[in-house]
Amino acid sequence: MGRTLAEKVWEQHVVRRADGEPDLLYIDLHLIHEVTSPQAFDGLRLAGRKVRRPDLTIATEDHNVPTVLGPIADPVSKKQVETLRKNAAEFGVRLHPMGDAGQGVVHIIGPQFGLTQPGMTIVCGDSHTSTHGAFGGIAFGIGTSEVEHVLATQTLPAYRPKTMAIEVSGELPPGVTAKDLILAIISKIGTGGGQGYIVEYRGEAVRKLSMEGRMTVCNMSIEAGARAGMIAPDETTFAYLKGRPHAPQGEAWDQAVAHWKSLRTDDDAVFDKVVEIDASMLTPYVTWGTNPGQGLPLAESVPSPDSFDDPVARSAAERALDYMGLRAGTPLREIEVDTVFVGSCTNGRIEDLRSAAEILRGRQVRTRTLIVPGSMQVKVQAEEEGLHEVFKAAGAEWREAGCSMCLGMNPDTLKPGERSASTSNRNFEGRQGKGGRTHLVSPQVAAATAVTGRLTAPADL
Amino acid sequence: MEAFTTHTGTAVPLRRSNVDTDQIIPAVWLKQVSRTGFERGLFAAWREDPEFVLNDAAYDGASILVSGPDFGTGSSREHAVWALQQYGFRVVIAARFGDIFRNNSTKMGLLPVVLPGDKVADLQSAVEADPKLEVTVDLRERQVRWADEVIAFEIDDYTRWRLMEGLDDIGLTLRHADEVAAYENGRQPWLPTTV
Repeated sequence: MGRTLAEKVWEQHVVRRADGEPDLLYIDLHLIHEVTSPQAFDGLRLAGRKVRRPDLTIATEDHNVPTVLGPIADPVSKKQVETLRKNAAEFGVRLHPMGDAGQGVVHIIGPQFGLTQPGMTIVCGDSHTSTHGAFGGIAFGIGTSEVEHVLATQTLPAYRPKTMAIEVSGELPPGVTAKDLILAIISKIGTGGGQGYIVEYRGEAVRKLSMEGRMTVCNMSIEAGARAGMIAPDETTFAYLKGRPHAPQGEAWDQAVAHWKSLRTDDDAVFDKVVEIDASMLTPYVTWGTNPGQGLPLAESVPSPDSFDDPVARSAAERALDYMGLRAGTPLREIEVDTVFVGSCTNGRIEDLRSAAEILRGRQVRTRTLIVPGSMQVKVQAEEEGLHEVFKAAGAEWREAGCSMCLGMNPDTLKPGERSASTSNRNFEGRQGKGGRTHLVSPQVAAATAVTGRLTAPADL
Repeated sequence: MEAFTTHTGTAVPLRRSNVDTDQIIPAVWLKQVSRTGFERGLFAAWREDPEFVLNDAAYDGASILVSGPDFGTGSSREHAVWALQQYGFRVVIAARFGDIFRNNSTKMGLLPVVLPGDKVADLQSAVEADPKLEVTVDLRERQVRWADEVIAFEIDDYTRWRLMEGLDDIGLTLRHADEVAAYENGRQPWLPTTV
């Protein structure tokens, strides 16, 4: 019987397999940021251990960094960033600090440098590590104990998850994006639907996505409960990688591509679970509640809790409507927002900024609108293309790179009761600031919403 | 890691689903670089509501949290586990857990116990009827027991052994350093380095 892509990549990384034990898996790339690493480095120091492979490790500052120029004002954030600098220097880990041309959100810079390649195992103390699976590797988030384990051993003990195929047939209609697709998938299978699985996204609509779109889809796998999501590498992947600073060159490139082409699910392989979705039926999606599974097409209305048969889903909906300050039956298009956020590891790449700029060109925003590039390189590229002038002319704020309002660890937050349309990944209670209310949307819907002040699709303008 | 064999204590019912790790400990608490003091951030936003179950004196001293399904979803922050432990919890019982949270728990010695949804609801009702009800979570026998109820739960042998012995994974892996080195020698030459 054939094997799935996930099974192939997993098997290629098993260092040790023994009865009654989890597999010991080799880790090809370990990404580090300031929030989930300090206690891990402390653990190494206490035990007198070193980083086994600093040459397979890279660090950046992203979660705490302000997106306006200047030093970090919050002394606690400042100390955390300084701690990373000290640890990186002591243990010999390459770091891209604030202000550096390579700095950015950890999941943006890996692919940007060409460090994220097909068939690799990649981990980071961050649940959105699933982003890197867009290149056809196994990439997943880990906790601080596991960060310490990888630093010390370059391996992780793990049981192989089950495999799930999400088959996306048809083509996304014009104006419908990778973000709408993944929001629709999460609404369909629920926040626990992928729990225990590695998801492989397949089918015509997935093949036609750009690398940026594929990263957006894989990024939110964790919001459906799946630790990892992946897409088989193809010519789109190779074209994205070729020429990047850490991509193979010359003869090594040819060898690598030959190997990468073998990284696909065999025709006779069997997945533990298959979910089917028709891309051609999709329209722009938006969340109305406080978990990413509580989403609907923008053309619909806030649902009534009574419409849920499952008592757990019903009480979750009641609680969500109360927190979100929404009434059942209100058309989603009538919901007014105070703030629009375009950015994050989900939608902070150049393609996302281009699509937002296209809508804002020649228009004025009616809300506070933050445009936060995912990395300094994205920022430079956007400025070369003149996108920043479009944003500024529209009245939006053009910021420095970082995680920013995705999780509000820096000064970019919502105030209690404020409502955002956000291109990020989580609409949890208080995620963007205590008492803040979040609607997850695509960059296009975010930009259109900024123009009208209400949740809006570009086609409505 | 603190070893876990069997634990008897009182429980607190948390009748909510999708208890994401942002609720367990909001991001503002993640700026600390130490491993201590996180109990103050546990459910920080929810605890501001006097009606929140952890503010009910009847449940003071509870060491077992009995939650609705999908506990610990979202962010990978291990601070969620530290906050629960430092507040005094030894066990979380739910019908389903976020994968990363469950993994982090077993690294720290906080026991995540999966029970069927109806059994979780039964236990929540029993605790609400008698907040001083003694609940035993027996890892050796893989059972949760209260009153006349004996409910079996599943956990793989290896994780159970590691928890019962209180063993830290790094030490276990370093026993296989030779195998790691052998694997490293066979890695594809084109794989990237960060230097």
